[in-house]
Parts: sequence; C-alpha cells; structure tokens
Amino acid sequence: MATALAVDGVSKRFVLRRVRSMKEIAVYVLQRKPIAETFLALDDVSLHVQEGEAVGLLGLNGSGKSTLLKLMSGVLRPDGGKVRVKGRVAGLIEVGAGLHPDLTGRENIFLNGAILGMSEAQVRRSFDAIVDFSEIEQFLDTDVKHYSSGMFLRLAFAVAVHTDPDVFLVDEILAVGDEPFQRKCLERVHRMREEGRTLVVVSHDLEMVQRVCDRGVLLRGGRKVVDGTMREAVDALRAPA
Amino acid sequence: MTTVDGLVEPGRGAGLLDVVRQRFLLRLIVKQELRVRYRGSVLGLFWSYVKPAVQFAVYFFALGVFLRLNRSLEDFAVYLFAGFVVISFFSEAFGNAARSIVRNAPLVRKIYLPRELFPVATTWVAAIHMAPQVVVLLVGALVAGWTPSVGAVLSALLGFAVVAVLVSGLGLVFAAVNVFFRDFENLVDLMLLVVVWLSPVLYPWSFVRDALGDGWLLELYLANPLTVAVQLFQRAFWFPGAQANAQELIPDLFTRGVIALVGSAVVLVVGQLVFARLEKRFAQEL
Repeated sequence: MATALAVDGVSKRFVLRRVRSMKEIAVYVLQRKPIAETFLALDDVSLHVQEGEAVGLLGLNGSGKSTLLKLMSGVLRPDGGKVRVKGRVAGLIEVGAGLHPDLTGRENIFLNGAILGMSEAQVRRSFDAIVDFSEIEQFLDTDVKHYSSGMFLRLAFAVAVHTDPDVFLVDEILAVGDEPFQRKCLERVHRMREEGRTLVVVSHDLEMVQRVCDRGVLLRGGRKVVDGTMREAVDALRAPA
Repeated sequence: MTTVDGLVEPGRGAGLLDVVRQRFLLRLIVKQELRVRYRGSVLGLFWSYVKPAVQFAVYFFALGVFLRLNRSLEDFAVYLFAGFVVISFFSEAFGNAARSIVRNAPLVRKIYLPRELFPVATTWVAAIHMAPQVVVLLVGALVAGWTPSVGAVLSALLGFAVVAVLVSGLGLVFAAVNVFFRDFENLVDLMLLVVVWLSPVLYPWSFVRDALGDGWLLELYLANPLTVAVQLFQRAFWFPGAQANAQELIPDLFTRGVIALVGSAVVLVVGQLVFARLEKRFAQEL
C-alpha cells in the first residue's frame, strides 16, 4: 500500500509573546524580564500513515495532538522536518469555523463547501445529501445565527463529511449532537473507512477511538511515545506516566 | 510540486494563482462580504453611496463654490467627481484589504485556504461599489457635453487597471503585516487621509506645478500612480466636455499611464512575495 500521509521529523515551536506595545516592552526590558518565551509543541515527530488506515492520536491536553493535525491540514507549517500528504486533505478541525452566522443555511452550504475545497459542481451534486444528513431542511433559508448549537454543528459536520477528501482529519468532532446524530456520524466515519479513505482521529473519547481506529499513536509533551495498536496506546495513556 | 509518490506539502499555495483557480470560492466570499456589510440596514447598499455623495457635496461647496474653483475650471463638478471615484475606490479597497486577514482570523486559524483570497475579495467588493458611481459620473459628464470616444474609454480602463493592480499589491502587504502589528491598520487610515490631497482631485495639477516648479519634487508628484490614474479618469470623463482646459492634463498622460501600470505590477509582485513569506505564520500569530 502506498503512503497517504508522511510526517518526517517534524518540530513546531511557538513563540509566546508576553508583550507587544512599546510601553510594555520598555518596562520588561528595564526589569530584565524576557519579552518572549518559546514553547516546543512538537519535538521530532515522525509518522507514516498508509492509504486506508485509521489512526487515533491520543494524548493528554497540550500534548501536541491538535498542533499535529493543523500541520497535516496545512494551516500551520512545521519549523523543522516535513509534512506531506497525497490527495486532498479535509479536516473537521473545530467544525463550524467556516460557517458564517449572518448567512442562511443554504448559503453556508455553498460557502463552507467551497472553503473546504469543493467545486461548484460538487456542491450542487451533494447539496441534497448534505441537507438530508444535517436534518435542517426546514431552516435552510434561516440565518445560521438563529440555529441552535446542535443544528449548527450538524450542518457543519454534514458539509464536511460530503467534501470527499482522501485524508480526513477529525478533531473531537464526534461529541456533537444528540445520540441518534452521533450514531449517524459514526456510521458515516465507518463508511469512509470502508471506502478506503485515510482517517486521523483525535478524541478523548477512548471507547469511540478504539472502535474507529486500529492503530494508535500516543503523544506526550510533543513527542511520540507509542505507535502501535490502539490497545497499546490506550493502555500507555492510562498508565501513570 | 508533485513528487513520484504523489505526496505534496500541505499549506504551500501558489499565491494569486490559487485565487484564479478558486474563482468559485472568491465569488462566494465577495457575495458574503456584500451581504454581511449591509445586514439589518434598511437602506442597504445605498449607504455606500451616501458617504461619497456627502463627501463630494462638501468638497464641491467648499472648493468649487467658496474657493471659486468653479470659475477657473470648467465643469468643476465633473472634474472633482472623476478624481473622487478613483480615490474612493482606492480608499475602500485599501482600508478593507489591510484588515481582511485579521477580520477573517477564525477561518485563517482553522482551515487552510489560499489566504490571498481575502484581500483580493475586498478589492472586488470595492470595484462593485465603484460601478454605480461611474454611472453617476457618466451621467454628469453627458450633461456637461461628453461624447464617447476610444481615447476616453481607453484612459478610463487604463486608470482603473492602475488603481486595481496597485491596491491589490498594497493590500497584500498591509494585510499580511497587520497580522503581526495591528498598528498598520491605523497607518493605513492615516495614509488614506493624505492620499486625496496628493493627487489632483480637489485642485488642478497646475497649482502644484506653479508651486513646486519644474524640479524633482514635481516629478515625484507625477510619479504617484494614483495621480496618473486620477488624471486618466479626468481625461476620460471631464476633458472631452472641457477642451478649453487642456493645459490641466499632465503632458504624456498615456505614457505615464503605462509606466504607472508597470510600476503597480511591480508593487503587486512584491506584495505577493511579502505575503507568501509572512503567510506561513498567520495561523499561529492570530
């Protein structure tokens, strides 16, 4: 099988600027305090994902999971090392980022679809399926700001899963909506797996990740500490560090 | 940049070329900007004409009537409005482009898409707002005795091209730098305050020539692409009806127009380079 996603020796450092204005900088310099600190979010992480594989990224808060996903999607660029992907990547990274509160549901389907990389023809083709999936038919021409939070997330998720990516990045998404909708989302994710799409899933819901993924990667403090079966990763996560 | 194994680096765009490829998305973003700008307002799009109209009226009475520019310049109202349309296009596009990335921070932070789309979209929005103003200008020009000619149409198109290219380039630079230092949006406002006086919009350019003489200062004044664009618009809409004021057009206007277009293109290329360099850090700085 071919590689779908290659992360080679990737590091990411963030600069935490404490101060920005000239006045504050002057005060800090006079007091000999550091103006900025750096924080190593990812430290030499390598990870190769094969086509059709489903990988669960595990780790405590702040271990670098989300940073790694953002590097995979191209939102962030690595400071060292290389990230490469094959085909189109789409992320459910904080769903709803592309939804505009002042546009209607219908307009948002087009806008969000385009933002996630769909062409006009693709959006038109999947429009009905998206509406169907999101169950917001009745409110299609209402401004999204009047939606309940559940409706909002359903619409966002519906658009995202219909973008037909080759690599699908999922960040803590499956916690949305009520139980029936969650089940529907999970089914959808399973179907994507069966279709041979590559999945990278971040979640604290260990039961769910275990059901969806077979390979588990555990990050701790920005380093990869376990790369094996889901079971191994979960056990290592639960074991006292 | 596809390699043998088909793997490519995400987040590495082709800049403005990507914007051309993603016309569908660009169109939707422009549409969204237009919709959102006038949400919940009764007069809607009409507001974008009230502001320039009031500004125009103020200038017209202050300069045309009270300072009597009306008398020395034939059809002063048309002269004024021709330049004014250019400057208000520039101002709107530049001011909004400079803020465009910061304003779209939630999107830039979470989803990768060619970020050039945002400043480019604001330029489109400004151009759409400009269209009805040009219609009003045309009506005024017709009343003043304007007749269509190839020269007029060409100078209007050239003038528009100069401003559009220039403001796209400046917009890219300032949108990118503003992510790191929000001071730049204030700097833009300051520049816009001055810009209307740096071009012969409110006064004839001969005032500047007489004041500065034929030195390098005058050349500097004439080298401003906006000065040339303003004059091209005046050449297009005002001059055909006011031939008596031929000395109020700068010499070699077309040559200067082409040079200004080339200069603006250089600004655009530099803008793209600066933008591409800074773009890598947008998501983490916002």
